[in-house]
Amino acid sequence: MQYEEVATTEEGNLVINVGPQHPATHGVMHLVITLNGETILKVEPHLGYIHRSIEKMCESLSYRQFIYSTSRMDYLSAHINNHGCALAVEKGLQIEVPERAKVIRVLMDELTRVASHVLWWGAMAMDVGALTPFFHAFRERELINDIMEETCGARLTMNYMVPGGVMADLHPDFVRKVKDFVAFFRTKIDEYDTLITHNVIFQGRMKGVGVISAADAVSYGCTGPVLRACGVKCDIRKLSPYDGYEKLNFEEPLETAGDSYARYLQRMRELRESLSIIDQLIDNIPEGDFQAKTKAVLKLPKGEFYSRVETARGEFGVYIISEGGLTPYRIHFRSPGFNNLAALDHMARGQKIGDLVAIMGTLDLVIPDIDR
Amino acid sequence: MTKEELKNKISDIIPAATFDEAGEWLNVSIDAIDWFPLAWQLRANAELDFEFLFNITAVDWKTHITMVYHLRSVKYGHIIVVKAKCDRTKTEIESVSKIWKTADLNEREAYDLMGVKFLNHPDLRRLFLTDDWEGYPLRKDYVDEVNIVKL
Repeated sequence: MQYEEVATTEEGNLVINVGPQHPATHGVMHLVITLNGETILKVEPHLGYIHRSIEKMCESLSYRQFIYSTSRMDYLSAHINNHGCALAVEKGLQIEVPERAKVIRVLMDELTRVASHVLWWGAMAMDVGALTPFFHAFRERELINDIMEETCGARLTMNYMVPGGVMADLHPDFVRKVKDFVAFFRTKIDEYDTLITHNVIFQGRMKGVGVISAADAVSYGCTGPVLRACGVKCDIRKLSPYDGYEKLNFEEPLETAGDSYARYLQRMRELRESLSIIDQLIDNIPEGDFQAKTKAVLKLPKGEFYSRVETARGEFGVYIISEGGLTPYRIHFRSPGFNNLAALDHMARGQKIGDLVAIMGTLDLVIPDIDR
Repeated sequence: MTKEELKNKISDIIPAATFDEAGEWLNVSIDAIDWFPLAWQLRANAELDFEFLFNITAVDWKTHITMVYHLRSVKYGHIIVVKAKCDRTKTEIESVSKIWKTADLNEREAYDLMGVKFLNHPDLRRLFLTDDWEGYPLRKDYVDEVNIVKL
């Protein structure tokens, strides 16, 4: 179904700009909204305010260097982006990653997912008018940042995964701190439910708002919690498991309503799944090398390599085309946020202007990931 | 469907298609002119049922430009990669935004950065760059002394 052109000049219709600098866009995104009274007729995103053309930059970076630019895309899933790139290079060079490195990677991925979802939870509540949860969320996220800082040396744009494994071994305090965090966070997540999930005002803002059907969500290319909230299985960790996800015992939670509240519940359930994955691995980190032996200069053979990982926002794809040189011939990143954003117009049409913020909040957009 | 079955099915639709089975997924190479009829069948045929266009990108091969489409069937789980060859001077291909809505924004990205003109696209404009930008940055012969810092 194609939408009809909305006449912006028709009497009674009003065009307003949200952004590029607006607290609800969580970054520099610009939306042009056509309204009739309070009802949204059309939402049109204007992108590119922080477009850096990372794909072009990568064409002049070596296979060891290009990975670091991907932490600057979806900065809340930095580890998982790096993981996807490392997997693509390993696919090309057929590097066997040591078991210890695989487990460390999965642990880092899941901690990242928890940190990202927690930040989303705080920001989501803030978007619909509850300011206090934002401070709760940052308090818990701070603990993960401390763990990351000790092992990777960075708190936000972490660069820890390299082709062949991880850059350095775990900090001696890692296991203890992660266990402390998981035990502490389990009590907090129940608190989140009493604070927000069961809150009548919050539910009133979310239920039945921004509904999208499963067929539409697939057609728009939505992935991650947005698509799973429509009841479609799409978790790459289950569809094409990487680095030991196939050995783990975890569920792929599914909601079916497809509205903002379903997307909210979906992420809350995923938080608990991630904690269960961390629980299974934290006592079973195998001994051994944290990195496979690789050559100092990596050269991928001629060909094409595609790897997929599940970030906190959905399916992240790395498509490398190599001509056998020291740098990629062409590289493309399939960004989950970019494709989730495509569905915003569809979800928002017919809703009230006040609901737009709630819908955008549940899409969990990270702007550098959209602009790349 | 297995690679072999997909291959037979697709060569029924486009007899001129060539295949590469070496990689992880079946690669189908076609001419730009054949893309729309193939895409229509890939989505409409109940046995193929590729509902999910999960990646769209363009590659500049200096002699021609290739549009690369990664497709997955949510129902059956099979995946194919379709590569449509376009002319480099008159880079045109039919838009598939009627079939998969995700193509709308992704095709605009390919137009903006690689200069592929999508015929019958509902709203083909620059996406990331300003409207008066000259040239297409991801093309191999693009020169920009100001914005591109050589390492």
